[in-house]
Amino acid sequence: MSKWSTLTDGFVKNNPTFVLVLGMCPTLATTTSAVNGLEMGLATLFVLVLSNIVISLLAPLVPDKVHIPVYIVVIATFVTLLQFIMQAYTPEAYKTLGLFIPLIVVNCIVLGRAEAFANKHGVLESLLDGIGVGLGFTVSLTVIGIVREILGSGSVFGWKFIPGDGILAFVMAPGAFLVLGYLMVLFNKYLKKS
Amino acid sequence: MAAKSNLKNMALCLSLVCLICSAVLSLVYAVTAEPIKAAEQKALVESINQVLPAGGELSDVATAEFDGKKFDYYVSTADGVPAAYAVKSTTVGFGGPLSLMVGVLPDGTVYNTSVLSHSETPGLGAKCNTDAKFMEQWKGLGTDKVIKVTKDGGDIDAITASTITSRAYSLAVSNAVAFVKSIAKAEEE
Repeated sequence: MSKWSTLTDGFVKNNPTFVLVLGMCPTLATTTSAVNGLEMGLATLFVLVLSNIVISLLAPLVPDKVHIPVYIVVIATFVTLLQFIMQAYTPEAYKTLGLFIPLIVVNCIVLGRAEAFANKHGVLESLLDGIGVGLGFTVSLTVIGIVREILGSGSVFGWKFIPGDGILAFVMAPGAFLVLGYLMVLFNKYLKKS
Repeated sequence: MAAKSNLKNMALCLSLVCLICSAVLSLVYAVTAEPIKAAEQKALVESINQVLPAGGELSDVATAEFDGKKFDYYVSTADGVPAAYAVKSTTVGFGGPLSLMVGVLPDGTVYNTSVLSHSETPGLGAKCNTDAKFMEQWKGLGTDKVIKVTKDGGDIDAITASTITSRAYSLAVSNAVAFVKSIAKAEEE
């Protein structure tokens, strides 16, 4: 597998949201607007890249029977670190994403990549994989956020171009499922050639 | 390949990993503790300044009990007399606690309000923080008005389809007003 495909796999072939259907909890809950989706994606990207690097380094040293607890401790450390940093330097983003930041620990994408990729590959490949999957997740969340924001609030990234209230359902949970479902159909029909 | 899974290796590995992780976290905590405190303080001061008339000298936080509830409040004094009070008032909204900073003049007139934290529905109740029409009506709200939504016979226009949030908001404001009236009265005596 070439380095380039390691990086790009996360976008289309292994897109975490539309193909692997992992990490649905933050996907559905935080994409009420484009900005929220983007911020959540970037937060996950940060944790994913760092945990991938550290786990690929640790993997050869860790006894098999305890590898899951070790990975979880590593991931939880990075998430807590991220929480401190966001609280200190981006309090606004921390306020909106709130509860979903600590939940990155149990996001199956992060542990999934650790298990399926980082513990079998070198540092560089794990780094690329982390960036690829993380960006794939970020872009997916941002796209869902954009669609929901247009339909639900008549704006994009906070810039309002349709006056009025928008279709309320799209801001709430049912709209999240609807948008995710339709985007998944479109994604698999046009982008994923298998 | 991976080290052997015997008891010694496993215990050693887990202890080491946990030790290193906690060391890293303690370090980052120590570094970020100050900025976190500063950011929280800044948000608090901004919300206080927003709800009080400019120019007063702000006191430190004080806590008093009224009607079975504890209120945190700040007094703004001008020329040695209390000119306005900023009261932190919390009620239960639709999605969880709704926490407001309410600026009240000693006679019970509302100067302005701002939302400290809420967990209302995005697009519905969350508008209590963005809807200009809803937020404007609190400014200079006199004591002759009834601080209840129109549905309950008051003078406050609720946010469309968010009566529960609007009720919680009104209750928080009227609690704050009642609280300020009581402490202003106590200070006069």
